[in-house]
Amino acid sequence: MKKVFLFVVLAGFGLMSMISGDEGGAPKKVPSVMLKDLDGNTVNTAEVSNDGNPIVISFWATWCKPCILELNTIAENYDDWQEETGMRLVAVTIDDERNKPKVKPFVDGKGWEYEVWYDSNSELRRAMGVNNPPQTFLLNGEGDIVYSHNGFMPGDEEELYDEILKIADIEE
Amino acid sequence: MKKVLLGILLGSCLGVFAQPSLSGGQVTGNHETTFQYLNTDTIIGAFAPEQKVVMNSYTNVNYINGKFAAGMRLESYLPAIAGYPAFYSGTGVGYKYLQYNGDFVSFTAGNFYDQFGSGMIFRSYTEPALGLDNVMNGASIKVRPVNGIELKGVYGRQRFNFADGQVIWSEGIVRGLDADVNFNDLIPSFSESKLKITAGASIVSKYQPANNDTLRIPKNVAAYGGRISLRYSGFFMDAEYIHKINDPTQLNGYVYNTGHGALINVGYSRKGLGINLTAKSLDNMVFRSDRVVEGNQLFINYLPATSNMHTYILPGTLYPYAPNFAGEIGYQLDVLYKIPKKTKLGGKYGTDLNLNVSVATDRVRHTSSENFDVDRISYEGRPFDMTDSLFNFDFNLNITRKLNKKWKVAATYYHFIFNNDVNKVTNFASGYIKSDIIVLDVTYKIARKHTLRVEAQNLWTEKDRGDWAAFLAEYTFAPHWFVAVMDQWNYGNSNENQRLHFVLGSVGYLTGNSRIAVSYGKQREGILCIGGVCRPVPATNGLTFNFTHTF
Repeated sequence: MKKVFLFVVLAGFGLMSMISGDEGGAPKKVPSVMLKDLDGNTVNTAEVSNDGNPIVISFWATWCKPCILELNTIAENYDDWQEETGMRLVAVTIDDERNKPKVKPFVDGKGWEYEVWYDSNSELRRAMGVNNPPQTFLLNGEGDIVYSHNGFMPGDEEELYDEILKIADIEE
Repeated sequence: MKKVLLGILLGSCLGVFAQPSLSGGQVTGNHETTFQYLNTDTIIGAFAPEQKVVMNSYTNVNYINGKFAAGMRLESYLPAIAGYPAFYSGTGVGYKYLQYNGDFVSFTAGNFYDQFGSGMIFRSYTEPALGLDNVMNGASIKVRPVNGIELKGVYGRQRFNFADGQVIWSEGIVRGLDADVNFNDLIPSFSESKLKITAGASIVSKYQPANNDTLRIPKNVAAYGGRISLRYSGFFMDAEYIHKINDPTQLNGYVYNTGHGALINVGYSRKGLGINLTAKSLDNMVFRSDRVVEGNQLFINYLPATSNMHTYILPGTLYPYAPNFAGEIGYQLDVLYKIPKKTKLGGKYGTDLNLNVSVATDRVRHTSSENFDVDRISYEGRPFDMTDSLFNFDFNLNITRKLNKKWKVAATYYHFIFNNDVNKVTNFASGYIKSDIIVLDVTYKIARKHTLRVEAQNLWTEKDRGDWAAFLAEYTFAPHWFVAVMDQWNYGNSNENQRLHFVLGSVGYLTGNSRIAVSYGKQREGILCIGGVCRPVPATNGLTFNFTHTF
């Protein structure tokens, strides 16, 4: 029993540190999953684009306090960020059927101007390997995932914005 | 313990030197490990297992290359952590699939999760925190013949147990078809209309062999239904109705009643205001791939919960409500309003209000015209036909306001009336448990990256174990660290020896896509609920280590 235990731990952590290292392969993209947006339109997640400008994909839920803090914090700066870098944010809600009807009123109630996708059965969440929200991915103009971050603490938005600035095509 | 740590170190080192060569395609996935070192603490009712240390671990890996994807999940329960379902044991592959994703057709072989409509007829999903996983094992296909139409077919057995590293699949087989039509996409002249219409229809059937000397048990049981969704500027309406044919099971006492589920959401929202009204009617709607299994296993469908999901510890875990399996009628009103910023009432940043009221009652059982000895139909249930027998009442009001750059305050009031005879959560009370709760949540930004958050909660009740207080202080310094300490105190217990403190300290470290958290202390026995499905968790005393990583 102990040996199995040891082996699993060893294998698990070995595998992880292997994969989390620099893969040197092709850059990661958003996998293709068919989701619906707030208006009921079907979106193919792999086709997300923003005219060559940065995209932030943020996984959240109405019951997730750090997620709401993150999206509220970004909302306070959203106009400036968009103006300066051309970025936009897609908020992927993993709320299931219990809370799904509250998502649209919630987004409007908070005054968020993000595009919102429903991932009610966690399909995109699984495809992108998200454990628990909030989880944020940053895509460059080619759709490559260049940065990702789990959790949110006040101040994290500044690190995210620094990363956005690195890839934004800013006209001097 | 030392050996384990050595193993971790070794494993990590090995990984650094390994150079995987992935040309084309990408690997995504995630990992979670939870270790617990448990002590026995007879005062709070916590018992250490023989092994002392317990562990849950799983790793998901997806390989995606163009339109192809494949993946698996390795799971370990050696043995499972405290309160986890006992049927989880060993190490093995819990989930594996091969998938093709085309524009016209997509298909999956092996394991898959999916959902039809609101899930009231079919929902295959997993909640690792609850140990809930009813993944399908078979094949699924999705066809999009024209823009605006999607057809789905699912076929397979469901995950039942995970014993000694082997998944045990259901005896029953689940077959389902679903059609979803988006009229705005389908009809070109309608595409720019402000009115958005989607509609769908589903049929799901299960097959299970039957041997019964006295009853003619149906081996194939079907459910079918439809749904419609309308949007017009700020207004929206979603409705679904599912009918299930006779489905005698151990849970319903082998009656041949039909079942129904109806769910309607109506609402309006615009910037700064959101209103949602939910109406729900369920009767004999537990739909499982096995007629003798009980608990939370082998559900084909999902019974929608229509009460607020509370996240603070006292309102969230003492008297949480989950839908009654036999059936219920429920209503819920949810209103979000933002008092505009820079107004006298709203303050500089605006003020958020959230009002939520929900009620669930028993349904009327019409028995007069039935002839039970002949047809074994015990009653007739009609949609939205409610009685005054209350199952649950929940009123809650939240006010959140940012005072200035440094201070943010949230206050919430709750009033619950919980029927412990219907959904039993405590052995210390019977009948209705009335409780009032106040939660204050104050955030103070000490410096640019340093934040202190304090929660103070109090619950008043005449019944059960009496009044509770809870206190939490959480200090975060971005981007990496958090420290928290929580105390729950049952100061109002009528038994003075049981006026206990449950103190729990936690430290966490986050970096990029990894999160490590260690907590030590006592956790109260309670109910853990996610998405309206609940599981009792035992009291524990000890050390918990949790690690998650996304790659």
